[in-house]
Amino acid sequence: MSIDYSEKIPNNVDLAGDRKLQRALESWQPNFLNWWKTMGPAVPTEDVYLRTAVAVGREGWAHFDHVAMEEYRWGVFLAERNTDRKIAFGEQKGQPVWQQVPGEYRADLQRLIVIQGDTEPASVEQQRRLGETAPSLYDLRNLFQVNVEEGRHLWAMVYLLHAFFGRGGRDEAEALLQRNSGDLDSPRILGAFNEETPDWLSFFMFTYFTDRDGKYQLGTLKESAFDPLSRTCEFMLKEESHHMFVGTTGVDRVVTRAAELTRQYDTEEIGPHGGIPLDVIQKYINFHYSVSLDLFGSEQSTNAANYFTAGLKGRWQEERRKDDHVLTENSAKIDLVRDGVLTQDEVPALLALNSDLRTEYIADCENGLKRWNRVLENAGLDRRLYLPHLGFNRGVGLFSEHHITPKGDVVGPDVWEAKKDCWLPTEADKTHVRSLMKPVYEPGKIASWIAPPTKGINDKPFEYEYVHFS
Amino acid sequence: MTTTIEPDTTPAVSFDADPASYKHWKLDVQGEVAYLRLDIDEDGGIVPGYELKMNSYDLGVDIELYDATQRLRFEYPGVHAVVLTSAKDRNFCAGANIRMLAQSSHPWKVNFCKFTNETRNGIEDASAHSGQVYIAAVNGTAAGGGYEMALACEEILLIDDNSSAVSLPEVPLLGVLPGTGGLTRVVDKRRVRKDRADVFATKSEGARGKQAVEWKLVDEVIPKRNWDETVAERAATAAARSNRPSNDSGATGIALTPLQREETADGITYEHVKATFDRGQGLVEITVFGPEGDVPDTVDRVHELGADFWPLAMTRQLDDLILRLRANELELGTWVIRTEGDVEDALAFEKVIEDFSGSDWLVNEIRHYFKRTLKRLDVTSRSLIALIEPGSCFAGALLELALACDRQYMLDGLMEDNDEEGAPAQIVLSASNFGTFPMSNGLSRLGSRFWGGPDDDGAAMAKLRQETSRRIEAAEAAELGLVTEAFDDIDWEDDIRIMLEERASLSPDALTGMEANHRFVGPETMESRIFSRLTAWQNWIFVRPNASGPEGALRRYGTGRKAEFDRKRV
Ligand SMILES: [Fe+2]
Ligand SMILES: [Fe+2]
Repeated sequence: MSIDYSEKIPNNVDLAGDRKLQRALESWQPNFLNWWKTMGPAVPTEDVYLRTAVAVGREGWAHFDHVAMEEYRWGVFLAERNTDRKIAFGEQKGQPVWQQVPGEYRADLQRLIVIQGDTEPASVEQQRRLGETAPSLYDLRNLFQVNVEEGRHLWAMVYLLHAFFGRGGRDEAEALLQRNSGDLDSPRILGAFNEETPDWLSFFMFTYFTDRDGKYQLGTLKESAFDPLSRTCEFMLKEESHHMFVGTTGVDRVVTRAAELTRQYDTEEIGPHGGIPLDVIQKYINFHYSVSLDLFGSEQSTNAANYFTAGLKGRWQEERRKDDHVLTENSAKIDLVRDGVLTQDEVPALLALNSDLRTEYIADCENGLKRWNRVLENAGLDRRLYLPHLGFNRGVGLFSEHHITPKGDVVGPDVWEAKKDCWLPTEADKTHVRSLMKPVYEPGKIASWIAPPTKGINDKPFEYEYVHFS
Repeated sequence: MTTTIEPDTTPAVSFDADPASYKHWKLDVQGEVAYLRLDIDEDGGIVPGYELKMNSYDLGVDIELYDATQRLRFEYPGVHAVVLTSAKDRNFCAGANIRMLAQSSHPWKVNFCKFTNETRNGIEDASAHSGQVYIAAVNGTAAGGGYEMALACEEILLIDDNSSAVSLPEVPLLGVLPGTGGLTRVVDKRRVRKDRADVFATKSEGARGKQAVEWKLVDEVIPKRNWDETVAERAATAAARSNRPSNDSGATGIALTPLQREETADGITYEHVKATFDRGQGLVEITVFGPEGDVPDTVDRVHELGADFWPLAMTRQLDDLILRLRANELELGTWVIRTEGDVEDALAFEKVIEDFSGSDWLVNEIRHYFKRTLKRLDVTSRSLIALIEPGSCFAGALLELALACDRQYMLDGLMEDNDEEGAPAQIVLSASNFGTFPMSNGLSRLGSRFWGGPDDDGAAMAKLRQETSRRIEAAEAAELGLVTEAFDDIDWEDDIRIMLEERASLSPDALTGMEANHRFVGPETMESRIFSRLTAWQNWIFVRPNASGPEGALRRYGTGRKAEFDRKRV
């Protein structure tokens, strides 16, 4: 079967003129479609109102239409090339960026791309069954939009592997489809991507907190001296912001509904009234935020230092930083517990890059909290949502050996055991949330536990029939 | 005060030599016996900074020795025995010059030792395969490398004058090893008992007279008054055993004419071998050009062609190139090896070698010379990568070049952009690949590649033997395990580029160690032990402060001050 490349696979990488890519994709694409059919969204649909990127320009990357999902045109797009671009950091700062993979960094670059690429399909797998319980057609459509775009992000990483890493790259691209979230024999690389997303509150939390980690990782790769990687990530970031939007507004709407019910019944115990109590929302925040922090790795990392020095992976908004961008002489502070007390250590800045990125991420996370608290404030409620302490419920890094409360107190295991049900979702909480997950597929209708959005997609009303079922 | 030569100020080493202008040797051919007399010119060091006193040698001396051994083999079919002796009174040879060693950079020392080792191995090879038996006539003190030179000979005759001794004083005096085969040959070849070897190698004055014979350090001690006649007798006896053409057979040697080469900053070009340097990438692209038709149909024609006979001419050029690259281009860490030419022609020439190496002395010499040159590749501390592309002629003997490499990449099919019509790359196995050119471990390169352990039933090799004489294309070559990867034209350029760049980014020292370990599998021989054990230890000792630190034994020698050792055993 031959493929009409420019039509079937929208791209700006001259796929039609690149035999190498064509051949690689010819064998990969059927496997991808097969993966999508078996591991992608489980709800059968006829078509979905989706955004497809057909070009990188302002108009081109947001083309809306009803499309059958398996016919979605996953494309390959890189942000426009800046021919003057120079390496912004590390040992080779100031030199022209690389258009090819230098052999010296093949293994490291391949590893970075594989790890990033592995998370993209993983989230599709994690969210596979969510469509069965969507609170509205609008939300169902958003889920599918996120899913196809994560699929496209997989394509983006596969493109890099195919175009620049030779035979070894093709093997890795194949393996991205062979590992599966939660698979006992062949799981996804990062632990957090092997848990099923069990309900829609988790989905919104995931897109808010965990996808945001992805955004920050992409941000560091966007700085890479390997220009094709940089340009790929720059384009992915545009799509990623929509995923953040789904998370932010999703939690926002759950909070809005919770506030409404709380006021209506004058109690925070809104469970019996079909809502999700603010207390449970806080526990979900605590959980998703803390496991997402773990994705940044340990505070001190020689890998991250090596990647930076080599120019493979920069800092968030590297070029706006006001330092020498080499960091051999700089130091940084990292948080830790010593003798049962929270304190800071001064360490070489190069070794603290994970901590640096995490700090940027935390500041970004705060914005959503502000927004959600405005909802509470406008509703006249006193309760506020907050981010738990950095050291709370951590499984990776310096805090993983300590118990720290959401407020930031170091406590013993006994206190932790006694109180953890107040801080993290309990079985009862989860069961309640799950019990609310009933599909609402009627246009214009919405589930009891969430408020409708203030506006629809692409100027369409909320009532619009975003999804047709088969 | 000694200074260390910086590699970039070391003059480029040339391996050209000619008996007419030897500084240090006198070659005296008397019928079936040749006398090779060491007569070192004190002021004739290859680099400034030391005097070659007491018949002590440096690389320049050994370059001439290598030249002499080669000429004896090719230019003197009538020479059946070679007497290695000294032209100096009471002094055979004091070994490598200590001041030279003390002032040399580490790479220089290592390279020097490797080359001298190869020359000693070549001497043994002449005794074993050329019917040109070497006899050491030790007519004065032979210390260190001097005694090691004698050890490379089949017989060691020592003058019995109550003062001339053989010794290996490196350990007690210099804090290094007798690294030119000394320790190995004493126990391995001379079969000296290990406790006696231990005593001998730590006793700076060595042994002489009857004890030297009793301990098997020498074969015979000969009183001074009978010296010349007895040496001549022993040489005549050895000569009589030779299978080389007798002097009245009319056999004449061929002249090893001066090598023609064109050197530029970016490469060296010979008629049949070309090397292009890529200093940016730290690699050199070597192409060996196959023969272009004109296969000699008689062995007489081979003699007539002499040094112009393609296999010999190519081997000499390749040999010279290897030596020059090793000595002068330390930073070109990867050698990319290609061949270019017609497969049939290459095989036709090889057939001449195969047909006549058993019966004709010259063809036999050429075979063994190519064998030794391949062995030089085996012990070359550079990453060796064979690229097998369309138009190449990795067939039979030339395939050994690829098999000597650490990796072999073969292009599957043709490059699409190349509009030239042609056949895809092919390799051909021949009988030559199954033992004609053994490695120092005694195995063929195929045997090493598919080493199945001491209990190997030989089935794998027997299967490969069935694949001889036919053209094997890339996919099949990969299947048979004859190449590392077979990339098609779409992958070729990128995968090769990335692989070479990746290689160049690795630690040169780790690569050297790794390659040396992978290249030699299976059994050990004396020769392989010299490289794998003796010189590896020696090279380690060379970088240790106890030898080369400012207070180390090598640097303190001759200063009147005692070495100060770090006493920790490591
Ligand atoms: Fe993504
Ligand atoms: Fe995402």
